[in-house]
Amino acid sequence: MQIIVHIPTPLQKLTKNKEEVKATGTNIRELLSDLEKRYPGIRSRICDEEGNIRKFINVYVNDEDIRFHQEEETPIQPGDKVSIIPSIAGGNHAT
Amino acid sequence: MQLNENQIERYSRQILLPNIGGKGQERLLNAKVLIIGAGGLGSPCALYLGAAGVGTIGIVDSDSVELNNLQRQILHSSSTIGESKVKSGQERIQSINPDVKVVPHQLRLTSDNIMELIKDYEIVVDGSDNFPTRYLVNDACIFSQKPLVHGGILRYDGQSFTILPGESACFRCLFPEPPPPGSVPSCQQAGILGVVAGIIGTIQANEVLKYILQTGELLKNRLLIFNALKASFRSVSIPHNSHCPVCGDKPEITSLIDYELFCNTRGN
Repeated sequence: MQIIVHIPTPLQKLTKNKEEVKATGTNIRELLSDLEKRYPGIRSRICDEEGNIRKFINVYVNDEDIRFHQEEETPIQPGDKVSIIPSIAGGNHAT
Repeated sequence: MQLNENQIERYSRQILLPNIGGKGQERLLNAKVLIIGAGGLGSPCALYLGAAGVGTIGIVDSDSVELNNLQRQILHSSSTIGESKVKSGQERIQSINPDVKVVPHQLRLTSDNIMELIKDYEIVVDGSDNFPTRYLVNDACIFSQKPLVHGGILRYDGQSFTILPGESACFRCLFPEPPPPGSVPSCQQAGILGVVAGIIGTIQANEVLKYILQTGELLKNRLLIFNALKASFRSVSIPHNSHCPVCGDKPEITSLIDYELFCNTRGN
């Protein structure tokens, strides 16, 4: 079953500049594995060596942060939208 | 405080608004707002707050105006290249509205000076561009119980939300740790469309106005995400994290730390 995944700007190099891609899975862990198959290298940008999602990146199912649900085991179903959102700094350089 | 004729004329279009009126305008004129960074985000924010008659605007920035700033930092102009940004910003805001007292703070924020600096202001706007400053400002606002309006921009994307210490999620609730240096590009490396800074900085100004006027709903517990290419706004929820190291139930961090060390950026 296909889920739409929103890819943040810094990772779009890995998805051929696509901002939205499709992937499958019944939970976030499966979805990330499937993304890795389609776009090799993306998993290690999102997860650390132990396989946990990095602490400066949040993953949302629709608008809910999975850290406050079942983390990587959070279930997903067709029609859900998954967003990967990293921390960005931006603004003014000098402060 | 009584509005004079000139002020009634200057602010007439907003005094007309149901949630503002003369009382609201007086509130704005008595308000004290600190803007951190007179750059892409701080520029539109300071201009709109100044034009609206926010009585005292502090601006923190240690840098001078450069030619490559002018594509987005609309507080400055070709004639102020080389001037300090706080001075350039002060001149520009006061040329729009002489009612406003602009307080220039030409310095780099550190754990040693931030608490003293923010204590005179009622709300803080974060328009900085680096993670050590963002975590420093977040923690200082939590410890001082000062509301903080966050904004972040990169390329065609922007993010914003408002933090009410003790009441809503903070920046660490959203992102507990900074990325390792080099893993998330800066605007200098990856670029930024000027209007993205304009839109997010203006959203920050809007948050400040609502806070001062005590009207509407603040962007709390919700991250607003803008994308310029799609012309889309969406938002995700930011729950308060009960394990947050600064504002959780049992905070591990109760005073300012070394933020360069925390972000592993010393020497970079």
